[in-house]
Amino acid sequence: MNINATLLGQAITFAIFVWFTMKYVWPPMMQAMQERQKRISDGLAAADRGARALNEAREESEKLLKEAREQAQEILSAANRQANEAVENAKTQAREEGERIVNSAKAEIQTEITRARDALKQEVGTLAIAGAAKILSREVDGKAHADIIDDLAGRIQ
Amino acid sequence: MASGAAPQTSSEYIAHHLTNLKLDLTTMQIDSHASGFWVLHVDSLFFSIVLGFLFLFFFRLAAKRATAGVPTGLQNFVELMVEFVDTQVKDTFSGKSNLVAPLALTIFVWVFLMNFMDLIPVDLLPYAATFVGVDYLKVVPTTDPNVTLGMSISVFLLVVFYSFKIKGAGGFAAEFFTHPFGWKLAPVNFILKMVEELAKPISLGLRLFGNLYAGELIFILIALLPFWAQWALGGPWAIFHILVITLQAFIFMMLTIVYLSMAHEHH
Repeated sequence: MNINATLLGQAITFAIFVWFTMKYVWPPMMQAMQERQKRISDGLAAADRGARALNEAREESEKLLKEAREQAQEILSAANRQANEAVENAKTQAREEGERIVNSAKAEIQTEITRARDALKQEVGTLAIAGAAKILSREVDGKAHADIIDDLAGRIQ
Repeated sequence: MASGAAPQTSSEYIAHHLTNLKLDLTTMQIDSHASGFWVLHVDSLFFSIVLGFLFLFFFRLAAKRATAGVPTGLQNFVELMVEFVDTQVKDTFSGKSNLVAPLALTIFVWVFLMNFMDLIPVDLLPYAATFVGVDYLKVVPTTDPNVTLGMSISVFLLVVFYSFKIKGAGGFAAEFFTHPFGWKLAPVNFILKMVEELAKPISLGLRLFGNLYAGELIFILIALLPFWAQWALGGPWAIFHILVITLQAFIFMMLTIVYLSMAHEHH
């Protein structure tokens, strides 16, 4: 248990070992550990961010879906309205068209009637003249008395 | 039980186990009865250096391969130690220093390994050494006060160095002369502070030495029992000693951190 030069030897060895640890062991270990720590914290932060983004995206998609549904509803009701209008228009048009056709038919009928009546008047006039001529036998000149015949024919209604 | 050729008495056996393999530096002869200052305990230095290299080798290996990815095996273990020491240093040491943490790590692991030699059966290595012509061998470096004091005095020198560096010569002197009683009792303060400071390295070194020396001595005494009875005492003592060697390494490390922390503090 004597104190001797071993003490110095041990002190020198100690100094060298501490120097080595300080230079070649501690810094790389610490660096690796800090790097990992940073990586882990980054990873956790990224996971948080991801979760938040997912939530946002979900909300966004729900909003979009809702909007789309509303839009579809609008489009549908607009289309319905338009269809109703179209049907309504078509009905009106058809009715107008029908009326027009009926009117024109009526007008045609009227002219036909007038024409027939005119023709009939003419016929009756002629017949009357013929009758009168037969009665008066040659005394009546058809051409000379046309005005009278026309007057007669005009009276036949 | 015996490592010598001739039958030994118990006291011879114990004395043999407590004798270092000595190298007389004045004559450069292996002489286990050498005395004086210029003597090297070859066995203490040999084991302490081998264990130190073991520590540095594995820790350097891990440091070289260290990645920020998932740590495995050796790296895991080394990181555990580094983190443990780093936590202790951060909790205790308030200043900023690149030295304290690696110093603490070196002390903890190295002292632990040197203490661990205590758990190797006391006769195994000395007996093996007789085959290569070595008659005396003390395998636990920390049972050599030269080793423990060598470390504690180095720590003490660091404490003095940092006290000077941080507080300056004036601050350092003021600490010696003005505490705890103020300027009027400067000589008393100086004597008290001197005792306090010198007690640090001595207590630090002798605590480790004393614990391990006592432990080793008890192992030697247990080895004197008949072989069939040794386990009954040797087993519990070895198990208990696992705690002691770890605790002593931890205490040495913690006190080093505390002393250096005190050196960094301003008053």
